[in-house]
Amino acid sequence: MRHALADVTGTPALAVWHADSTLPKVDLVVLPGGFSYGDYLRSGAIAARAPIMRAVADHAAHGGLVLGVCNGFQILCEAGLLPGVLMRNASLRFVCREVKLRVDTAATRFTAHYARGQLIRTPVAHGDGNYRCDDGTLARLKGDDRIAFRYAEGTNPNGSLDDIAGIVNDKRNVLGLMPHPENLIEPLQGGIDGRALFESLAA
Amino acid sequence: MKARVTVTLKPGVLDPQGKAIEGALASLGFAGVASVRQGKVFEIEMAETDRAKAETALKAMGEKLLANTVIEKYEIAVDG
Repeated sequence: MRHALADVTGTPALAVWHADSTLPKVDLVVLPGGFSYGDYLRSGAIAARAPIMRAVADHAAHGGLVLGVCNGFQILCEAGLLPGVLMRNASLRFVCREVKLRVDTAATRFTAHYARGQLIRTPVAHGDGNYRCDDGTLARLKGDDRIAFRYAEGTNPNGSLDDIAGIVNDKRNVLGLMPHPENLIEPLQGGIDGRALFESLAA
Repeated sequence: MKARVTVTLKPGVLDPQGKAIEGALASLGFAGVASVRQGKVFEIEMAETDRAKAETALKAMGEKLLANTVIEKYEIAVDG
């Protein structure tokens, strides 16, 4: 993730420790993938309550950009910065493969360099990516054009509701997605489909 | 004070783990198991001796951490 951010934006990313209580002055906060706290209790549950998250919430409340990928998406939902929850994959299997995504809105700072409806490839690697929310939330997400990515061409790896792979918050400054765009940004990784997400942010 | 907080899925929430366990029970020969849903139990020992105060604290623990109230509910049982 740090490589993708530095490579595409030309600016090195700063690492922030979970137990810190303040963020450096930045435009974008990224919660990357991983297995914070070993997925104990629930994926992302304990990390969502880490001291630094108050600062991340403040940053978001003041319009700052926040990107959560995979475990980062789980943390954002647990922290209430995004609605809904990521549950165990319907297959009960950890899925590690490439999927097709459809960019369902280009009206965000994260997806502006894609075209609405564009199909892209991305890798996924997760066991708890099954996005769930109640009917009211789903209606709101659809009505407000807040579903950023859906799994396309039958490649949904986790059974998520409405094939949802990524969503934004109501202010459209927080994006969470399960797939890993940072792992498809240069030819060495087998494709550059993920690059445009970071280019959108850098613009 | 000893207490138990039991966290279970709200009705209607899909539980593939519960289904997998249901299948395993059937494979083991347990007939007539209509459904299984998996939950969690937290055994908590607290310094608090006042029952009401303990219950208030435990409710807050349930709300703030132990349960994800989007999909889970919790029950508190205080011993003694």
